Amino acid sequence: MSTQTVITWIVVIAVFAFTVKPLGTYIAKVFTFQPTLLDKPLTPIENTIFRAMGVTRQSAMTVKQYGLALIFTNVVWMLGAYFLLRVQGIMPFNPQHLKGINPELAFNTAASFVTNTNWQAYSGELTMSYFSQFAVLSYLQFVTPATAVAAAIAFLRMLSGKKMGNFFVDVTLVVTRLLLPMAIVVALVLVGQGVPQSLGPYLHLHTITGQTQTVPQGPIATWEAIEHLGQNGGGFTNANSANPLENPTAFSNLIETISMGLLPVALFYTFGVMTGRKRLAWTLIGVAGVFYLVMLALLYFPEMAGNPIINALGLHGHANMVGKEMRFGMGGTSIFETSTMAFSTGSVASAHDSYLPLSSLSFFLGMFLNMVFGASGSGLLNMVMFVIITIFLMGLMVGRTPEFLGKKIEAREVSLASIAFLMHPLLILVGTAIAVASPIGLAGILNPGPHGLSEILYAFSSAAANNGSAFAGLNAGLPFYEVAIGVVMILGRYASILVMLLVGASLARKRAVPETSGTMHTDTVLFGGILLGAIVVLNALTFFPVMALGPLAEQYLMMAHHLF
Amino acid sequence: MKFLRPIIVLTVSTWLLVGVAYPLVMTGISQVVFPWQANGSPVRIGTTVVASRHVGQYFDENQYFWGRPSATIPPYNPAASTASNLGPTNRLLISHIVQRIHTLKATIPGLRTNQIPASLVESSGSGLDPDISVQAALIQIPRVAKATGLSPAVLKHLVDSQILGPQFGIFGVQRINVVQLNLALYKLVHRG
Repeated sequence: MSTQTVITWIVVIAVFAFTVKPLGTYIAKVFTFQPTLLDKPLTPIENTIFRAMGVTRQSAMTVKQYGLALIFTNVVWMLGAYFLLRVQGIMPFNPQHLKGINPELAFNTAASFVTNTNWQAYSGELTMSYFSQFAVLSYLQFVTPATAVAAAIAFLRMLSGKKMGNFFVDVTLVVTRLLLPMAIVVALVLVGQGVPQSLGPYLHLHTITGQTQTVPQGPIATWEAIEHLGQNGGGFTNANSANPLENPTAFSNLIETISMGLLPVALFYTFGVMTGRKRLAWTLIGVAGVFYLVMLALLYFPEMAGNPIINALGLHGHANMVGKEMRFGMGGTSIFETSTMAFSTGSVASAHDSYLPLSSLSFFLGMFLNMVFGASGSGLLNMVMFVIITIFLMGLMVGRTPEFLGKKIEAREVSLASIAFLMHPLLILVGTAIAVASPIGLAGILNPGPHGLSEILYAFSSAAANNGSAFAGLNAGLPFYEVAIGVVMILGRYASILVMLLVGASLARKRAVPETSGTMHTDTVLFGGILLGAIVVLNALTFFPVMALGPLAEQYLMMAHHLF
Repeated sequence: MKFLRPIIVLTVSTWLLVGVAYPLVMTGISQVVFPWQANGSPVRIGTTVVASRHVGQYFDENQYFWGRPSATIPPYNPAASTASNLGPTNRLLISHIVQRIHTLKATIPGLRTNQIPASLVESSGSGLDPDISVQAALIQIPRVAKATGLSPAVLKHLVDSQILGPQFGIFGVQRINVVQLNLALYKLVHRG
């Protein structure tokens, strides 16, 4: 392992380790309305917005109101985005004179960006005007992570016995207090590294070989900043963060990697602060951290060993560089890709379709679990869902009443958590099954053999997990995929958020039971181990068969030098 | 419908803030603080813009150093960035690599397969990768020397002068920006 790889990994993990506590505490302060650093400039602006809404900072909603407000607001955003994409041709900031978007693609793209998935069935530089990029899609990259963080905060308020808060206030505060200040800093750093930030036309070059070259421009740095800080992941261009225009240096790669993880990791600590269970928060951070390191190793080592079929040709060096960029090094590339799958971002600094089958297990692991910190807000909700299921299983095994945060876990909570858990494999496996059983689904495959199944499985996993990255060989531009993926993204997003809000409401209604010597403790290393084991077993039982047919089958065939 | 007003206010106010003000104000600041980077890091010879600092270009003539294979159409087309997306067991992937090895060996006298870095025959993630490894530049010296008439020693010196270390000494890898290398070569040839 090179020195640069080790240093890059240590820097990324150290930044998460040193920011988790201060940032997590800051988030808790913002949403319990305690004084914070940015009060002076921001409070007057926010108060003006709240007055215009007809609400106050402290006004509270019921769980039904909160859920409905969340849904209605998202519907408005989705319809607005759909409409603005359709009429792109007559909107301003369109120096390349790009036309309006067709209905299937506009639906797919609106669904994709409103669900924080950022699945892209188009090439940004060929399809989207600057206006569509910054005023439609990049706008959604702010407010959709804000939606999930708001839901998670509301959930934490219910767990801690407080009033649920107001959806509109919470979304506003996520934007003004978290995303916007961070995005301003990150965008400036990225411009300094060489990411364009302009509204001028594409750059026309005359090369020394007598050719011409057209280099896209645009407000790319502001896009990159929120793309990563909000775990959105949609690229300004088709190649996403592999493109030197979006990610020009090893340092910009590091900044984008760190940007993805800041909020998801810190929110785990916010859970501890708001519920008063910091030790439990550290346990959950530890469990997610173990999965993160496993994913990193699972990605890095097979790629360094390389493809045996190519190695047999006798070239200099073995590492698999197909679909990778030189400047990040394997260390920078692997931690970027680990982060994008762990934090459910979906931006890519290399072509996932060209990874070796064994390393692709790391991608699938991230999407199946969807709680290795996960996207801001939704990752935390998924983690708590697994905690509730694990506590229930533990209770069954030792014959005690399961308790979580001093509240009894009963049939209603377990049923709801199970629905949230099962929804995910249901969407992935049924979606994949329909696609592979139909000629229109099979028509989208680029790579034959087991890899083709992996391409389709990846697409539905990415949609259900609201990740948004792709085995990009799959032709996502087919109307079948545009519609099917769009539907899966919507169900994957809202089903789990709403169900977990109901879990929170159900727990909030219960009376706390006093802790006794018979209480099972959840803030111990033992519980962390059991939680980790339960997550592994539940997911292995669900996904092993399809993994065996896709990546594992391909791995064995590759070792036997079999080509398709 | 009591949500109508807050939804409209939320949407419009956040849209003005992060959908309009954020990109436009940041564009203004970037144009003042980092004008060169913000406008695509253009590299000029005289007044002509000949390259964008971080974006690769296609070289297939013997008198230039070649970059990595590009999957864009045509190669190194920044307006349509893409990877090949070929999977590890795809016959096409292997045949592309074998073909590329043959082309290199046919144009570089005395080249052995075990001297060719895998990265020089495997296509990049964006199709725009500007960089190659130092080894990838060194093995091309015999071909460039023959085509330009420059001595291998001069070219070796040129290659050495273009080596980029890891960023800040600690991030990324040692590499050579092949566009910058060829620009330096172009200046060398056209000066003398």
